[in-house]
Amino acid sequence: MSDLSALEKVEDIEIRLLLEALYSRYHYDFRGYAMASVKRRLRQALEQLHISTISGLQERLLHDRDMLPQLLGYLTVQVSEMFRDPDYFRAIREQVIPHLRTYPSLKVWVAGCSHGEELYSLVILFREEGLEDRTLFYATDISQEALQIAEAGVYPLDRMQLFTENHRKSGGKSSLSDYYQAAYGRVSFDRTLRRNVVFSDHSLVTDAVFGEMNLVSCRNVLIYFDRTLQDRALGLFKDSLPRKGFLGLGAKESIRFSDHAGAFRDFVREEKIYQRIGE
Amino acid sequence: MSDLRPQAVVIGASAGALEALTIILPALLADFPVPIMLVVHIPGDKRSVLAELFQAKCRIRVMEVEDKEPLVGGTAYFAPPNYHLLVEGNRTLSLSSDEPVMFSRPSIDVLFESAADAFGAALVGIVLTGANHDGARGLRAISDAGGHAVVQDPATAFAAAMPEGAIARCPDARVLPLDAIAAYLQKVVCA
Repeated sequence: MSDLSALEKVEDIEIRLLLEALYSRYHYDFRGYAMASVKRRLRQALEQLHISTISGLQERLLHDRDMLPQLLGYLTVQVSEMFRDPDYFRAIREQVIPHLRTYPSLKVWVAGCSHGEELYSLVILFREEGLEDRTLFYATDISQEALQIAEAGVYPLDRMQLFTENHRKSGGKSSLSDYYQAAYGRVSFDRTLRRNVVFSDHSLVTDAVFGEMNLVSCRNVLIYFDRTLQDRALGLFKDSLPRKGFLGLGAKESIRFSDHAGAFRDFVREEKIYQRIGE
Repeated sequence: MSDLRPQAVVIGASAGALEALTIILPALLADFPVPIMLVVHIPGDKRSVLAELFQAKCRIRVMEVEDKEPLVGGTAYFAPPNYHLLVEGNRTLSLSSDEPVMFSRPSIDVLFESAADAFGAALVGIVLTGANHDGARGLRAISDAGGHAVVQDPATAFAAAMPEGAIARCPDARVLPLDAIAAYLQKVVCA
């Protein structure tokens, strides 16, 4: 028998085939995701769905349409916070907003908006700074389920203490409770926050640029991609931003390993806010 | 136990971590040949000073991880607060903001399990002092993959629950007093 330890592990083969099936059958492309997290999430899915192997999950995925949203739920689920990393939002408020103020109209893209926490944070910040009325916000995600939650703007009441604290630390000029109503253990954010928001299905993996932005905020989304896919996404951001446009990433994300690093300069280095420079 | 020379070390620590790591990391030689990845439980809302703190005391390089950092020998990589740290098959590090595991983010189990996948038998995993049970499941995964499982002797730990939990889950782990761990590491990676 040949040395089996030198061959690809069975689980890795199964994952590769599952992601291929997901793409061929439903056009969701996770093949360029960071595999360590994908593997963890798939193991969780198996445990909770009581399926013993990833091959078994693949069979269900191909023959049972109800499996797709469930699997996407496992692969895309992300729990975020409003005003997560308050210093990031403080830097947007104190250092980016003064530049944005000089434009007569603005476009902001929240890429990979998940359940909308980052979107609402930015809309509230722009309202506090008097820029909401001249701004169009695009909130995009690949998951329809996530977009529906984002559009509903409903969150568990027990998260509000954290969100409120974050908002205060970010230099919030109003009270977060001005923007929501609580009932039955949940809060519902004011519908007027959504009047300048377009929610849309968009994939950083397979879709193209759709407009010229002044600010792209994409936090803790790229960490789930491998380097090649990160480059693709950063290429989309680069092409969406004119000279002097802003890009905000997550606290531990960086463009320094990317082919596009030269298209940006550090704007607020410690908060991973970059500014587009000319070619 | 593995006959392979380890290509990486993973360490998990919680309550009492600072004191324990102060005994281990500064004792390692500058030419320590493999990378060391560490998860220490710290509050998520703080900027971590661990990397700076230890860089001042250590001969090896010390850094806090940014996403997609490639692994290099002679370097200690601390998980940043509020992110899980994982090892990819191509020996780069990635981060995730998936939900906390057993109330912890970063989670020792998440790092250890992904490292076991990436390095198989060529890995040393060490569970140090702590007051919870994070790390037990991950150490089991390392041991199951044929790697070296090591636990700080609970009698030498500031908080015994975490090493005790690891020993219970992984009874064949090597149990070492705190002051013997650096010498063990130095020996096993250079064997």
